[in-house]
Amino acid sequence: MSRSEKKHKLSYLIAAFLLILAWSVISHLLNSPAVPSPHLVFLSFIQQLERDLITHFLISAYRVVYSILLALSLAIPIGLTTHEKVVDSFVAPFIYLLYPIPHIVFLPLIVIFFGIGDLSKIILIAMIVFFQVLVTTRDAARSVNKYYIYSLLSLGANKKDIYIHVIFPFALPKIITAMRIGIGTSIAVLFFAESFATTKGLGYLIMDSWSRADYPSLYAGIVSMAILGFILYLILELVERRVCKWM
Amino acid sequence: MIEALNVSMVYPNGIKALKNVTFSVEKGESCSIIGPSGCGKTTLLFIFSGILKPTNGRVLIDGKEVVSPPKNAALILQDFGLFPWKTVYENVCLGLKIRKVNKKEQKKIVESLLKNLGLMEFKNYYPKELSGGMQQRVAIARALALNPDIMLMDEPFSSLDALTREKLQNFLLELQNRDNITTILVTHSIEEAVFLGRRIVILSPRPGKVVKIVDNQGMGDVDYRNKREFFEKCREVRKSISLAI
Ligand SMILES: Nc1ncnc2c1ncn2[C@@H]1O[C@H](COP(=O)(O)OP(=O)(O)O)[C@@H](O)[C@H]1O
Ligand SMILES: [Mg+2]
Repeated sequence: MSRSEKKHKLSYLIAAFLLILAWSVISHLLNSPAVPSPHLVFLSFIQQLERDLITHFLISAYRVVYSILLALSLAIPIGLTTHEKVVDSFVAPFIYLLYPIPHIVFLPLIVIFFGIGDLSKIILIAMIVFFQVLVTTRDAARSVNKYYIYSLLSLGANKKDIYIHVIFPFALPKIITAMRIGIGTSIAVLFFAESFATTKGLGYLIMDSWSRADYPSLYAGIVSMAILGFILYLILELVERRVCKWM
Repeated sequence: MIEALNVSMVYPNGIKALKNVTFSVEKGESCSIIGPSGCGKTTLLFIFSGILKPTNGRVLIDGKEVVSPPKNAALILQDFGLFPWKTVYENVCLGLKIRKVNKKEQKKIVESLLKNLGLMEFKNYYPKELSGGMQQRVAIARALALNPDIMLMDEPFSSLDALTREKLQNFLLELQNRDNITTILVTHSIEEAVFLGRRIVILSPRPGKVVKIVDNQGMGDVDYRNKREFFEKCREVRKSISLAI
């Protein structure tokens, strides 16, 4: 590990420590059951682990990861191919009409078509991430300098080569940035989607413990949600470091 | 032999880039194209490389009309030639990969080129980690990897400092002398045009027309740069350019 990386890690630890410290102080000052101290939450977290926190966590993780993959598998190919004017003239109107709408309002429609099971939750989250990634990928695909493409064509490239060697690698860092934002949004929507018609997932755990005023469990749920987001960020960071070395 | 016959180019937006450009370059000969910025030099190279189609006229290579990128020609661009997301090795290899040369053969060709050009120790670097001069050497390596008969170069050295530029000009001259590659070099430097071109085509401001073709029999030697003949030729070219503008 290099020195700067060590420093980097250290600064994360310091930030985590300061947050926990602030939390302790606030909980101490407020002295209310609604803001339990970190160590109480930690204990409850451990307790919950022995019960079914892990199941809730895994189900949430499954829903959100599935959604993100679904979104990417559609948004990236569609976004990249808007490099072709024909494709773009077809896709662009849909983006302009559908993107500005808060997609969460489609929930009733989704439930009508796909029921109240996991599929609806996944589609809701996927839809929101889809648009975020699509818009960014499209912008990137359309802004590739044509000289890069000419340069590749002169080597005898065909259409497929242009996507593999120019458009995709050019757009990739931007796609990853969009994903970073998308992960944040997807967790928020996950929480929303899990707050109804389910008895599993961290969102349910949070809503349920809240209604029972079981604050330690509530906080264990919140912390787990944060950990889920953190893990996703971390994975993305690792991917980025591998594929965007050139940046 | 490369021939441009009455080549005209009008872009879809109505900009007239080239008008009735006619000249030819013999096999193994080197030709410089010089003209003011925006006169259509880059456009002309894209037409030679079969990437753009002229709105009028034709380009022939060895008597055959160019309609798609010719296999025996390599194009070197000033800024967008190398892909920043590929390492030196990957960049040099790219043409071979696209032509589906087998991996072993790719490695052999690329490594021997990198060795020859003093780039071996940088093979895993990304372009932005290299100096401008080295980047252009990588671009030349990528062109050479295809073992071309023709090299088309668009101001390849214009963003380099004077010393590096001279070094690369010498390198290119030696390459031309050794491998007998037909070269068309676009430049806006009179000295470069005279140092590297046996024939110098002078274009007018947009739309680019051939104003004059200057013969330059004295070139071909690295020492030419210091000779009186060279300076006189530069003066001749400069005069023709100023008459054109
Ligand atoms: N794709 C294009 N569409 C419209 N105009 C273009 C295009 N490419 C170049 N031009 C215009 O054509 C003219 C010649 O361009 P170019 O060949 O790049 O000139 P040069 O290389 O001599 O500087 C310029 O005025 C430029 O703005
Ligand atoms: Mg140009």
